[in-house]
Amino acid sequence: MKQITTTMALAAMLLASTSLAHAEGELNIYNWGNYTSPEMIKKFEDQYKVKVTITDYDSNDTALAKVRQGGSGFDMVVPSQNYIPIWISEGLLLETDPGKMENFKNVATEWQNPDFDPGRKYTVPWAMGTVGTVVNTDVYKGDINTWGVIFDTPEELKGKVNVVPEMTDVIDAAVLYNGGTKCTGDLTILKKVRDTLVKAKPNWVAMEYGTIEKMGSGDFSASSDWNGSAFRQRLKNPAIKYGYPKEGFVNWSDNLAVLKDAKNVENAKIFQNFMMDPQNAGMNSGFHRYANGIAGSAEFMPADMKGAPEIDVPAEFASLGVPSQTCPPEVQELYTKIWTELQK
Amino acid sequence: MSEAAGTIEAEKSRDIRKRWLLSLPALLIILVAASGPLLIVLVYSFLTPGPYGDVQWLPSLEGWINVVLEKDIFDGTFSLADAHVSIFVRSVMLSLVTTVLTLLVGFPTAYFIATRPEKTRELWLLLITIPFWTNLLIRTFAILEVIRNEGLINGLLLKFGLIARPIQMLFTDGAILTGMVYVYLPLMVLPLYASMEKLDFRLVEAGYDLYATPFKVLRKIIIPLVKPGIIAGSILVFIPALGAYVTPSILGGGKNLMLGNLIELQFGQGRNWPLGSALSITLMLIVMVALLAYVRNAGSQGSRHG
Repeated sequence: MKQITTTMALAAMLLASTSLAHAEGELNIYNWGNYTSPEMIKKFEDQYKVKVTITDYDSNDTALAKVRQGGSGFDMVVPSQNYIPIWISEGLLLETDPGKMENFKNVATEWQNPDFDPGRKYTVPWAMGTVGTVVNTDVYKGDINTWGVIFDTPEELKGKVNVVPEMTDVIDAAVLYNGGTKCTGDLTILKKVRDTLVKAKPNWVAMEYGTIEKMGSGDFSASSDWNGSAFRQRLKNPAIKYGYPKEGFVNWSDNLAVLKDAKNVENAKIFQNFMMDPQNAGMNSGFHRYANGIAGSAEFMPADMKGAPEIDVPAEFASLGVPSQTCPPEVQELYTKIWTELQK
Repeated sequence: MSEAAGTIEAEKSRDIRKRWLLSLPALLIILVAASGPLLIVLVYSFLTPGPYGDVQWLPSLEGWINVVLEKDIFDGTFSLADAHVSIFVRSVMLSLVTTVLTLLVGFPTAYFIATRPEKTRELWLLLITIPFWTNLLIRTFAILEVIRNEGLINGLLLKFGLIARPIQMLFTDGAILTGMVYVYLPLMVLPLYASMEKLDFRLVEAGYDLYATPFKVLRKIIIPLVKPGIIAGSILVFIPALGAYVTPSILGGGKNLMLGNLIELQFGQGRNWPLGSALSITLMLIVMVALLAYVRNAGSQGSRHG
């Protein structure tokens, strides 16, 4: 009986939502998986009577390849900052001028005029963070604020290190570890990078994305990782700490943009403005566990995120961050070759 | 006389024309749906990579050259593409070992089923095909849950005090092989069973009557008679195993690329679609060679028996 009631309730909800979609319009968002707060989407749907559909992608290259072929049917996309110049130069984004929108005043000063989108003509901040190390400090007591944890693996961590297989992130980390600058084409540095990686690999156990679950379960004891992922691991096991490598680490951000071939342009613009409201941005951060670049959103985030060392970069490390940027194609080609050789 | 022959000829050619016309829709579908996409891949393999993925319409042989030759990024010399060759060799070896292992496990299984009473055979076959109802990813993750450090096997061994700390089984070659054999076993058992079902067991009895040892019966009677099944099963396992990358990357930890991963890398982070296309066609050529070997083998098999 109870089940029947639930089924009927579900059917009613489905009916309600579809009729709603016909009545007021739709919005199709193409975003990274596990990255959009369902509560916040619900709020947007109720407030503007719009039916939102979210489709997942797992990498910038996948998103770019799919949208570039045309006819994707998506209205909005959330590329990383190093890809945004490509999206703009390929003519894939619509100039919606978020810099002139009502809620733009809430965007934190340092995110109001970024290099990748001067004057915020296309994009609105979605989330930002860093790439560093996570270490289970029950297993390893030494300094975790170094890429050495990954590239000169300490004895305790040998055979327990994972590396998240983001090619650019991994090679950049090794470049910084060898004293180079991000996207370097300097062959003497790159040779050292290759040697560092090839020498380190026998000490790694895996190269996988699923760190939240496997760090929590003890399959891995250390990994390269994103800070929000590190935060979720600490909630599972307090011994898991996030390290800011002293050799330097990459600061990244993902930003919400409207596609040039979007069918629901008005709803997409409303959503861009909606995301710059501190309450909504805070709600979203409570789900994906990253900072969001909207001033005043902190008070709408869950209490456990306040002052979290993974989210607020401690002052002593702040100067070590280098911005994520697009590497030129010829550097990308060198990176790919090193990457293939590493995994041969 | 000649007129009659001419009429027959005309009739024949009309008949042939009609057949071609009738099969035209099917031919079109094959041409457009099967060859079309392949042609795109072929054309792309001869183009220049775009700066951020995609291709530029400039003809180039770079993609194909890069499959086998590699320009050393540090000293600029050309050499055999060691990385690609290693990955090809690893994929082929893994597929071969998987094929042999599935054969070793599948042969007794199929023999067991074929020798059951006719009524229960269907039930056994059903049990073999049940895993097929489940998604490949889910089956692979199920194995992961069994062999991981905090998984079923290590948990039981620890509980009974047989080991002091978990044995590292996940992310090893053994884990990859276990997964591959489990996933591809039905593809080996079903064709093997199909030929064993037709096996005339009176021949086996005759062999025993003539004082052959069980091993001799297996070698001289059973294996030659079910050879088509063995070959079909091996091909069916070898081909998908060659392109497999979900199982190796989940159970092996993704530290070493398989052919499938290498191709994916070129279309994703590597941004070299022509090279990816050329690698895909190379993989297809390998599969084609394996199939040709099969067809020739099966052909000579038929003529010998005929």
